[in-house]
Amino acid sequence: MVVGKSESFTATLQEAPLIEPGHSYASMTEKISDIVLTKPHPRSWAIVFLTGLSLLMLMLYAVLYLFIRGIGIWGINVPVGWGFAIINLVWWIGIGHAGTLISAILLLLHQDWRTSINRFAEAMTLFAVACAGLFPILHTGRPWLVYYLIPYPDTLGLWPQFRSPLVWDVFAISTYASVSLLFWYVGLLPDLATMRDRAKNRFARVIYGLFALGWRGSARHWHRHQVASLLLAGLATPLVVSVHTVVSWDFAMSIIPGWHATIFPPYFVAGAIYAGFAMVMTLVIPIRHWYGLQDFITIRHIENMAKITLATGLIVCYGYLMEAFMAWYSANPYEQFMMHNRQFGPYAPVYWTLIFCNGVVIQALWFKKVRTNVKILFGISLIVGVGMWLERYIIVVTSLHRDFLPSSWGMYAGTFWDYATFLGSIGLFLTLLMLFVRFVPMISGFELRELWWKLNRSAKDEASDKAAA
Amino acid sequence: MAQVFHRSLNSISRFGIVGGAILAAGVALGLAAAYRSSLVTQVNISRAQPVPFSHKHHVNGLGLDCRYCHTSVESSPFAGIPPTQICMNCHSQIWSDSPMLEPVRKSFRTGEPLHWTRINDVPDFVYFNHSIHVHKGIGCETCHGRVDRMPLTWKANPLYMKWCLACHRAPEEYVRPREEVFTMGWKPAEDQDLLGARLVKEYHIQKLTHCSVCHR
Ligand code: HEC
Ligand code: HEC
Ligand code: HEC
Ligand code: HEC
Ligand code: HEC
Repeated sequence: MVVGKSESFTATLQEAPLIEPGHSYASMTEKISDIVLTKPHPRSWAIVFLTGLSLLMLMLYAVLYLFIRGIGIWGINVPVGWGFAIINLVWWIGIGHAGTLISAILLLLHQDWRTSINRFAEAMTLFAVACAGLFPILHTGRPWLVYYLIPYPDTLGLWPQFRSPLVWDVFAISTYASVSLLFWYVGLLPDLATMRDRAKNRFARVIYGLFALGWRGSARHWHRHQVASLLLAGLATPLVVSVHTVVSWDFAMSIIPGWHATIFPPYFVAGAIYAGFAMVMTLVIPIRHWYGLQDFITIRHIENMAKITLATGLIVCYGYLMEAFMAWYSANPYEQFMMHNRQFGPYAPVYWTLIFCNGVVIQALWFKKVRTNVKILFGISLIVGVGMWLERYIIVVTSLHRDFLPSSWGMYAGTFWDYATFLGSIGLFLTLLMLFVRFVPMISGFELRELWWKLNRSAKDEASDKAAA
Repeated sequence: MAQVFHRSLNSISRFGIVGGAILAAGVALGLAAAYRSSLVTQVNISRAQPVPFSHKHHVNGLGLDCRYCHTSVESSPFAGIPPTQICMNCHSQIWSDSPMLEPVRKSFRTGEPLHWTRINDVPDFVYFNHSIHVHKGIGCETCHGRVDRMPLTWKANPLYMKWCLACHRAPEEYVRPREEVFTMGWKPAEDQDLLGARLVKEYHIQKLTHCSVCHR
């Protein structure tokens, strides 16, 4: 351990350190920027990148065919008009939430452990939102007319239907995407400047230099940077709650049994954070291993994320219980039928798999042994990802396929094109993520240095600071 | 290490940010203006026709009623384009050797109708009906302009949905007595507010703005 830590930090550091000992400003900066600038990339990087790229090509193929033939190639029809596109939208948007929670709420709450994962998680948010945004656009069937969704003074003399949550969705998601992008980029500026200064190659220096917007690290720059970051964090904080709330209203504002429930907003938000943290773990665990980042993303980070996953997972389980309870308690035959149909109808296997993934498997996270074993955690977080996708499948499909009128019941199944587009979106996500790892410092260097400074200040320093203030 | 960029890039990039924003706004405004201009809508632009038929001569000069030629305008959705026979009612007697009328005579001889170029055309996904408008007291002029002053026919209104809706939302501003529907240059003798309100009541005019009125 580094000598001379302040008392207050010794207490928090009892479990595992936030930065492994033996580092200095220089060694940290070097380690982070060398991943991009000098070190050869591991073979695993290339494998994941190529897999992602091939899936992305599959998506391009599926989307091209979609443009030629229309959305009839998907499995949707009366009565299930919302299929994979909506399931995937909700799934991806949810995943993004962890990044915003880490970067905004944990920043405002002064949680130091966010530092080494925030850049990465925010990038994940951006890419997840990009994948999410694709689906409603494709689902319109005429993506070239998607600007109809934006209110502007057109020659039709019509505004979008402001009473519809689908329009609120447009605002919620586009706000979310722009704030996330800004926040991420502002946080990136000092590190881009570091990259500019450290790059040997002239081309890299010009590119990083352009994106660094002339950052020179003057006191005024740092001051403005801090103010901007805090303001953006303040803006992003309500978004963590509001975006998925609006997405849940897409369902809750309708009168379909199983959708029309007040529990939807909190239940969706918890599910979002739950899925998001699982996704961060799915990504961080292998990447930290490939690049030897165990010093910065320590077992403490991983364990904290596992704890949040457990906590939010339990809220989600409570949501499942309440859905069943309310269906019974409402004494409404349609609600009761919906619940019965979910649990014992044709989609029962999907429902019980979902309960197994999200209700049973995560109970393992109560044990510290599990929370500190990265291999098991990786497996669990994959299972959580699957579970959350199935949850959306159950919500969308089981409510629609048998509603009020038995004469218009039907069954739903995704077609090849549904799966191709879904897998393709995972490809898009992986491709973007691998490019990010390749070209941008994936850990926030300047925040790590700041944290190091905080952790290593002696009591004497602190006292003299106090005296000066 | 030398600086990557020259000092001047500071001002260039500041200018670029402001300039970029102005440019984007300009392009958006420009596109919106172009879409409303006659470049796209063809309003006030006359089209070449196989025979240079002039409403100015026939309506203003000769005082022909619209229904003499557009025979079905009161009874059907389609106003009707006159068959060659109607032209020949007169042009077998007058101007019967005018070279300009040769296509009319040829059409009459061969029985093949003249191929007029369409001026007003709403997309196929829109349902339009002349007879209801004529019966509810909407003048030809309100939609087609001063046809009696057109040497060659042109479009007087863009026929954008917004334009249809402007009247469907407030028909009292446009309605006129049924007897005046075919009159060109009609001016209300009294205040249009009073007249409009009265006629709307008298003709039982509703405000039809459901999507399925026009998109069936
Ligand atoms: C002598 C016959 C005749 C009379 C009378 C006549 N029209 Fe026409 N009208 C035509 C012919 C022929 C065309 C097609 C050629 C053209 O578009 O100029 C036409 C075309 C039109 C068009 C354009 C149709 C399109 O392609 O969209 C309008 C509008 C129109 N007439 C309105 C009127 C109105 C209003 C009156 C009465 C004030 C009237 N016409 C009287 C013969 C006539
Ligand atoms: C009621 C009789 C009448 C009918 C019906 C009529 N016209 Fe005419 N038309 C005239 C007269 C009269 C003139 C000469 C007007 C003038 O020069 O003032 C004329 C002039 C013309 C001219 C100009 C000829 C020139 O050499 O300058 C054209 C072209 C023409 N008409 C086309 C048509 C067409 C096409 C139709 C059928 C849709 C038609 N007219 C129907 C009476 C008629
Ligand atoms: C409410 C507006 C309106 C009024 C009033 C109106 N029209 Fe039209 N007219 C149109 C529109 C819109 C079209 C194009 C219809 C289409 O594309 O199907 C049209 C087309 C026409 C055409 C081309 C043939 C056709 O029917 O498509 C003629 C001729 C015509 N109008 C004549 C008249 C005459 C004559 C009157 C008066 C009795 C009249 N119109 C009144 C809107 C109007
Ligand atoms: C200047 C006024 C005016 C304009 C412009 C106008 N309308 Fe109308 N329209 C009316 C009136 C008045 C009625 C009759 C309402 C009623 O039934 O009481 C009507 C009725 C209709 C109907 C009802 C027919 C039915 O059978 O139910 C249709 C369709 C229609 N309009 C289409 C259009 C379209 C399409 C346009 C634009 C291209 C248009 N209108 C422009 C005034 C207008
Ligand atoms: C009075 C007639 C009328 C009514 C009512 C009407 N429309 Fe239209 N609509 C039109 C006309 C005419 C056009 C074509 C001209 C245009 O594109 O502006 C059109 C075009 C459109 C288009 C553009 C389609 C395309 O591919 O370009 C859309 C979308 C549309 N309408 C939606 C609606 C909706 C939604 C409603 C109900 C709230 C509605 N319309 C009610 C007349 C009408």
